Amino acid sequence: MMASNYNAKEEDGHQPAAIGHGGAGTVKNKKPDNTAFKQQRLPAWQPILTAGTVLPAFFVIGLIFIPIGIGLFVTSNNIKELEIDYTGVDMSSPCYNCSQSYSWNSTKPCTCSVPFSLDQPFESNVFMYYGLSNFYQNHRRYVKSRDDSQLNGDKASLKSPSKECEPYRTSDEKPIAPCGAIANSLFNDTLELYYIDPNGSRTAIPLVKKGIAWWTDKHVKFRNPGGNDNLTVVFQGTSKPVNWRKSVYELDPSDPDNNGFINEDFIVWMRTAALPTFRKLYRIIHKKPNMTPTLPLGQYILEVTYNYPVRSFEGRKRMILSTMSWMGGKNPFLGIAYITVGSVCFFLGIVLLIIHHKYGNRNHSADIPS
Amino acid sequence: MEIELLRTACMCQTVICCRVTPLQKAQVVELVKKYKQAVTLAIGDGANDVSMIKAAHIGVGISGQEGMQAVLSSDYSFAQFRYLQRLLLVHGRWSYLRMCKFLRYFFYKNFTFTFVHFWYGFFCGFSAQTVFDEWFITLFNLVYTALPVLSLSLFDQDVNDWWSFQYPQLYTPGQLNQYFSKRAFVYTVLHSGYSSLVLFFIPWAAMYDTVRDDGKEIVDYQSFALLAQTCLLIAVSIQLGLDTHYWTAMNQFFLWGSLSVYFAVIFTMYSNGMFLTLTSSFPFIGTARNSLNQPNVWLTMLLTSVLCVLPVVAYRFLRILLWPTINDKVRYKVRQDKVLPPTPRRVQARRTSTRRSGYAFSHAQGYGDLVTSGKFLRRTPKSRPALFSQTDSPLAQTQPQFYRTISEREEPPLSP
Repeated sequence: MMASNYNAKEEDGHQPAAIGHGGAGTVKNKKPDNTAFKQQRLPAWQPILTAGTVLPAFFVIGLIFIPIGIGLFVTSNNIKELEIDYTGVDMSSPCYNCSQSYSWNSTKPCTCSVPFSLDQPFESNVFMYYGLSNFYQNHRRYVKSRDDSQLNGDKASLKSPSKECEPYRTSDEKPIAPCGAIANSLFNDTLELYYIDPNGSRTAIPLVKKGIAWWTDKHVKFRNPGGNDNLTVVFQGTSKPVNWRKSVYELDPSDPDNNGFINEDFIVWMRTAALPTFRKLYRIIHKKPNMTPTLPLGQYILEVTYNYPVRSFEGRKRMILSTMSWMGGKNPFLGIAYITVGSVCFFLGIVLLIIHHKYGNRNHSADIPS
Repeated sequence: MEIELLRTACMCQTVICCRVTPLQKAQVVELVKKYKQAVTLAIGDGANDVSMIKAAHIGVGISGQEGMQAVLSSDYSFAQFRYLQRLLLVHGRWSYLRMCKFLRYFFYKNFTFTFVHFWYGFFCGFSAQTVFDEWFITLFNLVYTALPVLSLSLFDQDVNDWWSFQYPQLYTPGQLNQYFSKRAFVYTVLHSGYSSLVLFFIPWAAMYDTVRDDGKEIVDYQSFALLAQTCLLIAVSIQLGLDTHYWTAMNQFFLWGSLSVYFAVIFTMYSNGMFLTLTSSFPFIGTARNSLNQPNVWLTMLLTSVLCVLPVVAYRFLRILLWPTINDKVRYKVRQDKVLPPTPRRVQARRTSTRRSGYAFSHAQGYGDLVTSGKFLRRTPKSRPALFSQTDSPLAQTQPQFYRTISEREEPPLSP
């Protein structure tokens, strides 16, 4: 017995079968399978960071990034943009009186006129934005304060809005439509542009108010309850948000496709901004069919109906006119960043090449210490 | 008295304790554990070795002739003593490497994720508004980065088992705790800090006060969240790719698969159907479609990824060039050998079993002949570098220990 076990042990080391133990069954062979997966011999790619791969990579990245950066920078410089701050902080600014004398209950809106001039003509489509600063649309309590089901036209939510909208959920015992702090703080200044001819006459510039919101927002996310007609009837039994002057079905009574929840200014406002300084699309000035510039150079006047109070939190309001390009609005950062990163990369590649030449060769053939 | 024993014993290459009871075996192990502050391994095959196996840090039992007692009380067990070499030099070493890489990567990934929220706090009035979509936060550790890390910690090897035997010096980094220590942790935190700065401020600056190419909104909260989370995921995935030294098919599949799953999930979650079914859970409708078709979004992602990864590549390249570790040297040698195929190894002749009864060695055959030939006594001992740092307690003042390197040499045949 000892001899047989002794012999069995000389082999590869699997468990000796219990031959002498009454034949109750052989012990299971616990040897793992000799497959590549279980023996950790899977075929694999084993890359190493050698000079042959790293240095060309640095040079290639440098050579790609610099032209991209130059392209971005040149494009950004060609975009024309004009910004006018009309908050009325200084005594000398035209809107100073309006900014001081704000009151919620005044029925007569305060207007002010801000003159400005363009030294270059703006071509192709010109986009008009209103911009706010120091306005934290990304504050957590503010961001949650909305009811997407109500805005999607769900009748149950219309009458009983979500608890997230507190404290802007009900007013005078009636549910607010649209509820929430975001809707309540809707931007309600009106901006109009006039061109002053050299001979002194004013021409109103046509501002298009459709096509400013995302297609998915206008056609899927926001819906009027019960269709776009008879909104006055549908919204019976609800009240308007506390800080609004008009109700939601009076936002644009002349166009049923832009009234109620699907009003594009409302939709644009409800898409909350990520940063405290932001701009939102207000109107579009379409390009003229012939070769005349959309906004020729000269004098202009911006007529503001100053409804929106920002002085209390040190906010600022501005109007921005801008042309567009394939990379969006004017932002030189990406161009400069690409040029910088590309040059740093290229320079680093050269430095690494020098280091590799001087010191690299001695270490690899060094003995591995025993 | 036991300190004397320990001090004397540590000056020797090998110590043989004979006629010891099981309790004394355990006491010897505990003596070394207590005063040398070293990691101990005990290997035995009989019931009398059980206390020794349990006393050591790592207990190894040999199954076979003496029964299963040692096996049942051990951490590892195998059937022949010679498998100890494989356990230590191959599997133990790989296990240490994988654990350290996994830990460093996991800390890096989660710290980066968290620090981005910290920077956003400065811009959202510290109101704890998350920069990323809530679904992304839920699925980040669960789905998007789980499988690639798993494949790293299951399959990664620096060199294969044959090379591990060729260069047992590869075992020393594990003994010296080089891959994951307080210092390594601090470096990971600093690296995460840098990555999070890049991952937040580059999108912030690129998107500051800008719009889509048709004039509509792009810096709304949802688009910014999508941009930030995609940049983060791409950056941590590339970092995992840099950490992986052994790309099996599973690694490739898991890594690219996770990225594709991410895009599939966001397009599904931000689709019309999901919004209309569960309105309040999926408010991000339309975001993917409207922002991912903008060239400046993709250019921002490219810039962030490159800026996150390039310093790491440059640093690692420089370190391999100027201060290569033993792993780097061996890996380089492996690659050189692949280019020039190695001379075929002479097959060692299997020795017939000539079991000598006088020796109490539990080695496999081969070393008995070595001892009796007296060869190693005649050879002048080479000085070896210290493998243990001087962390002895003041009571045990000993010389540094010397260890013999195990190398395979052709033995001249000896007459029995």
